Amino acid sequence: MNYDFNFSVIWRNWDLLAQGLGLGLFLAIVSIAIGCGIGLLAAFGMLSRQKTLRWIAVAYVSAIRNTPILVLILFCYFALPQLGIALDKISSFIFTLSIYAGAYLAEVFRSGLVALPKGLREAGLAIGLTELKIKTNIIIPVMFRNVLPSLSNNFISLFKDTSLAAAIAVPDLTFYARKINVESFRVIETWMVASMIYVVVCYMIASLLRRLEQRLAIPR
Amino acid sequence: MSPILNISGLHKSFGQVEVLKGIDLTLQQGDVVSLIGSSGSGKTTLLRCVNLLEDFEQGEIELVGETIGYRESSGSQRRRLPEREIARQRAMTGMAFQQFNLFPHMTAVQNVMLGLIKTKRMAKDEARSVAEKWLERVGMEARRDHFPGQLSGGQQQRVAIARAIAMNPQIMLFDEVTSALDPELVAEVLAVVRDLANDGMTMLLVTHEMRFARDVSTKVVFMHQGRIHEEGTSEEMFGAPKTERLQGFLANSQI
Repeated sequence: MNYDFNFSVIWRNWDLLAQGLGLGLFLAIVSIAIGCGIGLLAAFGMLSRQKTLRWIAVAYVSAIRNTPILVLILFCYFALPQLGIALDKISSFIFTLSIYAGAYLAEVFRSGLVALPKGLREAGLAIGLTELKIKTNIIIPVMFRNVLPSLSNNFISLFKDTSLAAAIAVPDLTFYARKINVESFRVIETWMVASMIYVVVCYMIASLLRRLEQRLAIPR
Repeated sequence: MSPILNISGLHKSFGQVEVLKGIDLTLQQGDVVSLIGSSGSGKTTLLRCVNLLEDFEQGEIELVGETIGYRESSGSQRRRLPEREIARQRAMTGMAFQQFNLFPHMTAVQNVMLGLIKTKRMAKDEARSVAEKWLERVGMEARRDHFPGQLSGGQQQRVAIARAIAMNPQIMLFDEVTSALDPELVAEVLAVVRDLANDGMTMLLVTHEMRFARDVSTKVVFMHQGRIHEEGTSEEMFGAPKTERLQGFLANSQI
């Protein structure tokens, strides 16, 4: 194969790619933050003594986890407006990725909660704490530290899922890569660079989270 | 003066199985009462009813004159008190668990401070000085900044006792506090309990340490199949057990 590599079009559009990457990171961070909140509520819901609450949480988690994310994105962006809920592209994507993240994180949190020794709650009760204070001061902080390693995997997946935002023309890294590709016909170079950027950023996120894990680890 | 703890006609079932079949027990200020008996006799359940970690169906428990856990409503119906009330009443008791149950993400001193800050609403500085005082009392001041995972079982249990007693409870409940410990660590924990007993703390303890129960108790209660089978002073119970069952139980326990 004789192929002349020519990256000049990519260097020329470097700012677009950086912009796209920035937006992707923003989408991921916001969605993960909201998703953590939803996931926590859903996890407690799944373990609730109240049947209705449990049912709602389980229904939400299984419905979302069994739907491809691309379908969710398209549904929220194209179908919801027909039902009277119109969001702009970016809000729509954040909404989608948040409820998607919520369902996956709910499973992680649920298994983290189940694994905690029952005695922690009782020790909290014994010193006169209410259930809410036990959750916020003991259960959630301990569970969170325990599940951080599996959270990291989920966070990286969710960041990679932001590439699907291009499907509804959210100008993220993939969107701009496609644009450069179409305009320059430099197919190999464009997608090679885009992939490399994803690899490097994911690697950086992973090592950042690993450092966080080490800092938060419960000493023993 | 009203007794610190007054239990009358206490019944408790787990599903179909009745584990407490009518318990009456009274502790005056400064009493140290040991609950002994084979496993399944209901000792731990009785202890857990006193700080409302277990519900109970019948009977009444009074702490310093206050009926805990339930309120009589219309007719003979009774209602569980709201959570906030229960939490307040629980804080009148202190409990040490078999498995210590320290909060693993907090240092020793933070473990003791949590209840002082969140339940007693103490300022941080005050909570710290109270916590340090009690850690010193149980001989753990040098390790106050260690995490539970960095402490031995005996040290963890001493911190757990400090955490409970720092709340200034009316009565301390000890649930087999040495059962999960290696033999060589038992003594240091028992020394702390004994020290508190000598200090006049009212205590109800479930224990398998017969020698300790004999030495420290003002009263010993032998439970069998959900009932109090025999009770008396240490001398009576260990020196001259009346019932055949207690004689058999003591013969099988190492003293």
